[in-house]
Amino acid sequence: MREATGPEATAVPESMRRSVEAFLFREARLADEHAYGEWEALWTDDALYWVPAADDTDPMAHMSVIHDNRRRIMTRIKQLETGKRLAQAPPSRLRRMIANVEIAAPVDGADFEVQANFVVYEARESGTRSWAGRVTYRLRPHNGEWLLSYKKVDLVDRPWNLPTLAFLI
Amino acid sequence: MRGQEPNAGCGTWQPSCNLFSVRKWIQPEYPKGCQVDAHHIDALIEPTRVHGSLYTDPEIFAAELETIWYQTWVYVGHESEVPAANDYVRKNIGPQDVIMVRGADGVVRLMLNRCSHRGNKVCTEASGNSGTFQCPYHGWNFRTTGELIGYPYPEGYGGRGQLDLGLAQVSRVDSHEGFMFGSLSPDGPTLTEHLGDAAGELTRLTKLSPTGELDLSTGWLRHSAKANWKFIHENETDGYHPQFVHGSIFSVADSGIGALYSENSTAVTRDLGNGHSENDLRPEFRRLGQPLGWFGTTADRLPDYVAAMQTRHGDATDEILIEGAPHVMIFPNLFVAEISIFVLQPLAVDHTVQHVTAVQFKGAPDINKRMLQQCIGSVGPAGLLLADDSEMYERNQIGVGQRSPEWLDIRRGIDRETTDEHGHLIGGATDETGMRAFWSHYRELMTHA
Repeated sequence: MREATGPEATAVPESMRRSVEAFLFREARLADEHAYGEWEALWTDDALYWVPAADDTDPMAHMSVIHDNRRRIMTRIKQLETGKRLAQAPPSRLRRMIANVEIAAPVDGADFEVQANFVVYEARESGTRSWAGRVTYRLRPHNGEWLLSYKKVDLVDRPWNLPTLAFLI
Repeated sequence: MRGQEPNAGCGTWQPSCNLFSVRKWIQPEYPKGCQVDAHHIDALIEPTRVHGSLYTDPEIFAAELETIWYQTWVYVGHESEVPAANDYVRKNIGPQDVIMVRGADGVVRLMLNRCSHRGNKVCTEASGNSGTFQCPYHGWNFRTTGELIGYPYPEGYGGRGQLDLGLAQVSRVDSHEGFMFGSLSPDGPTLTEHLGDAAGELTRLTKLSPTGELDLSTGWLRHSAKANWKFIHENETDGYHPQFVHGSIFSVADSGIGALYSENSTAVTRDLGNGHSENDLRPEFRRLGQPLGWFGTTADRLPDYVAAMQTRHGDATDEILIEGAPHVMIFPNLFVAEISIFVLQPLAVDHTVQHVTAVQFKGAPDINKRMLQQCIGSVGPAGLLLADDSEMYERNQIGVGQRSPEWLDIRRGIDRETTDEHGHLIGGATDETGMRAFWSHYRELMTHA
């Protein structure tokens, strides 16, 4: 069996948990509502947005569904902002749930690692489907707020055929 | 043929419409009473237009499986995916589940993933290395050559070694430049005959490798579209759509691709015969005259790769690096788009999966890294290019369900085609020469014209 990959069970101060969850919920809402500029502003300059295509892969050596550095995040957002990214024109109607939030013990000088489960409902004229999985976030404090330096989305159904995934997951 | 419910085609699949015996890989006989016959298909394909029911009729799809997918050469996998003895990967020929495995003898075989006892899957992992395939249902055990090794409680069969029940092999297997093709028919043209001049395009791709070999082992994205496979096939060398479908990305990322498919482009669309077609972009790359210009970079950015190419190709290096990689659709399912390899898998009349991976050259880590990341950005479910193509296939599929106009137009550029020095028809960069190449061969196969 594979080893569990979650953060060590830890008790972070309740105020920090609330602050982290508020950030995750906001990131989710901005993605759901196609608030592209505000969503892009959440990222650090050295950000990485990664949706692996398989278990245990190295994104520098294997195919990924998404493997965006900061520059490609910007390109993705600019393309969406044209309004002519046909796979998102019209945009999908989206709402997602974030749950089972686990926060790793803070390590000095490192970004905070947080994991959570998610379900997104994506409704389009052609039909409605759900996407589900677990997200690993890395958060960095900046001027009293959080910035996102890393978001890895592990889709439960990635070993098999996937339809178009053109919204911000 | 119309006058019924949209999408209904010529009716639901009836047992009496069992077109061909699956056991006999013979030229199909269309039985009486079934509306899908050679005359029916013939009436749906004209030089400048094709009928919408070709994309929606489940009986035509069933006939295509038997007449095209289970007869002609179909691309299955690349030898580099199974480098060592007993390496295997799960592949497909349309809906058929195919195991590609390198036997202990080093020979790569293609076998159907179906136990000879009760039909269960003998291989459930996507890939791996194993000396045997054991069926989980009753423990029958097969070698990687397909031979039945044994079965539990052999007394029930009169002892060991009494059954000659190996896994079904794909009838014919052949390869070109490591690209493995299979045909489920024991008879028919050879792979060399089938590929014709398209073979040279695969050779052109491998010439870009400093070792002369590809390594397609970075894994595959599996992008599912609710669309008929022919919409995807036709789109691959349609030079008319990029400015529109990909206008959003061209406008924000200056890749230079857009200009290749403009009305002023000197690129050509070529009918390579046997349903194969290409967008030959070399005229534009030669005009640019810049080694690696086809890849949007310059030789000084990839010094190790260029040095290795010079060692192998000497004075010919610049020309090879200027002309770049092909953009070729090999009938019916292999599409090479410069740095990406696509494999089409039809699953139903309105459902196709595009499997896609990055082109990687053995012994070229610097360019491989960039090709992989560029490929990831472009293709698959979230690709900055392919997500939009896929949206178009799906809207086309819905569109042809509408009752009229019943036909799709494929005439673009037909009056300005010329013949090149090899006797191939060529059209302009944005002309529908590739689609007409497809339909001409399709018609030949489906009607034995």
